[in-house]
Amino acid sequence: MDWGALHTILGGVNKHSTSIGKIWLTVLFIFRIMILVVAAERVWGDEQDDFVCNTLQPGCKNVCYDHFFPISHIRLWALQLIFVSTPALLVAMHVAYRRHEKKRQFRKGDQKCEYKDIEEIRRQRFHIDGSLWWTYTSSIFFRLVFEAVFMYAFYFMYDGFRMPRLMKCSAWPCPNTVDCFVSRPTEKTVFTIFMIAVSSICILLNVAELCYLLAKFFLRRSKKAGNAKHQPNHENKEETKQNEMNELISDSCQNTVIGFTS
Amino acid sequence: MNWAGLYTVLSGVNRHSTAIGRIWLSVIFIFRIMVLVVAAESVWGDEKSAFTCNTQQPGCNSVCYDHFFPVSHIRLWALQLILVTTPALLVAMHVAYQQHQEKKLLVLTGHADAKHMEEVKKHKMRISGSLWWTYVCSVVFRLLFEAVFMYIFYMLYPGYQMMRLVKCEAYPCPNIVDCFISRPTEKTIFTVFMLVTSSICIVLNMAELVYLVVRACARRGEHNSNPSSGKSSFYGHKLSSEYKQNEINQLLTEQDGSLKDMLRRNPGLQEKGDRCSAC
Repeated sequence: MDWGALHTILGGVNKHSTSIGKIWLTVLFIFRIMILVVAAERVWGDEQDDFVCNTLQPGCKNVCYDHFFPISHIRLWALQLIFVSTPALLVAMHVAYRRHEKKRQFRKGDQKCEYKDIEEIRRQRFHIDGSLWWTYTSSIFFRLVFEAVFMYAFYFMYDGFRMPRLMKCSAWPCPNTVDCFVSRPTEKTVFTIFMIAVSSICILLNVAELCYLLAKFFLRRSKKAGNAKHQPNHENKEETKQNEMNELISDSCQNTVIGFTS
Repeated sequence: MNWAGLYTVLSGVNRHSTAIGRIWLSVIFIFRIMVLVVAAESVWGDEKSAFTCNTQQPGCNSVCYDHFFPVSHIRLWALQLILVTTPALLVAMHVAYQQHQEKKLLVLTGHADAKHMEEVKKHKMRISGSLWWTYVCSVVFRLLFEAVFMYIFYMLYPGYQMMRLVKCEAYPCPNIVDCFISRPTEKTIFTVFMLVTSSICIVLNMAELVYLVVRACARRGEHNSNPSSGKSSFYGHKLSSEYKQNEINQLLTEQDGSLKDMLRRNPGLQEKGDRCSAC
């Protein structure tokens, strides 16, 4: 079970997302997960082995490393990406539930069911309306919350996203204050800034998607309200037309019958 | 065979699970197995090489490491996840057995065309009768394994917290020696995370158990309060499926042409009926 499997799971959700949602998913997989796997993991690969302290005191290096890096950047990013991508599964579950209901209707032979066969139900793309709209909006909201929480956790732990070259450590058992040197600090800073930037872009995309969904919702509502006003006149017109048609049909039938009998 | 292989095997079971069962499976694969593979394994990767003791005595390092870490967290979690996911295979086996029976019936009644065979493979089994008991057993076993491993963890690593320093006096270490563990804070964070997800899984399993029991009682209650409709809905279904099962058994053991005639005379048995309707 790795990032590839997550990609497979989330690829299915993609079909029911908005365009902004699809862009967000692409940015997530290409600019964050892929960068993490092919580049960032190599940069942080030797973070503890090459963390060198200016002392021969056994244990001092371990303790100082643990003091300055309570949780490694790589692991934090991995957790962040897992948490940020999982709200989409709420949408997937809701879509699966809707499909299940439609299949049930179809099997019972419901007249309202407009599908020709099961395959069509399976392939169909659902519109984001009704309860699915609420699920989708909640999932975006959770994504935003998780992104923000992890950005804050990063800032809180690593004080400003920059990786210093030298750290001074005086934790026991280090004798006095000891100089410790971080491996590849510049490269780590570059990747940290890159990941933060992409994370911010993802936050912006999520906010845009949220605004888009809200705007669509309000537009639909105002359309419905507008239609409801015109509805009674419209309905009356429809009814009178139908009545006229029925009369015409019954008249023509009578004429035909008379024609046959004569 | 790796985690991906296990995922393939268990995805098939997913189709016949309850909604809570599917949520449980997602939590297992995404928040436990995936976190284990992509994050936790690299945290514990250098646990032995970076375990340092304040001594130059050869062998002291190895002995102290072995004393404090009889089984590594990573291996314990891997075992836990394998044992916790495998009871679902009981359900898979039972479903496969039922599908096999249905296919045999199709062959004997002369409906063994590709379309019907596919339908048997694809349709979702209802969790009732003996399948209900198998499913409940699998959930109970899951709960049991989770609880046992949580207890083992607690026994081996009391308090779930990873210390920075451990004091060791096992032979051949001279006197008491300070030993330093690699990345203790990160390990504590991941241990707590895995513990929390394990508890969530326990809660989901209990909820699923309660749901199954309540559903079974509700069905029974329906039958008791409406005996006439019950015959046509629950017991009717049960009776007809028992009748069907008896017929299948007779057909399979005797494979007599006269029995085939009897089947043909009772078209209701030839139809898929409500067993294969949407559940």
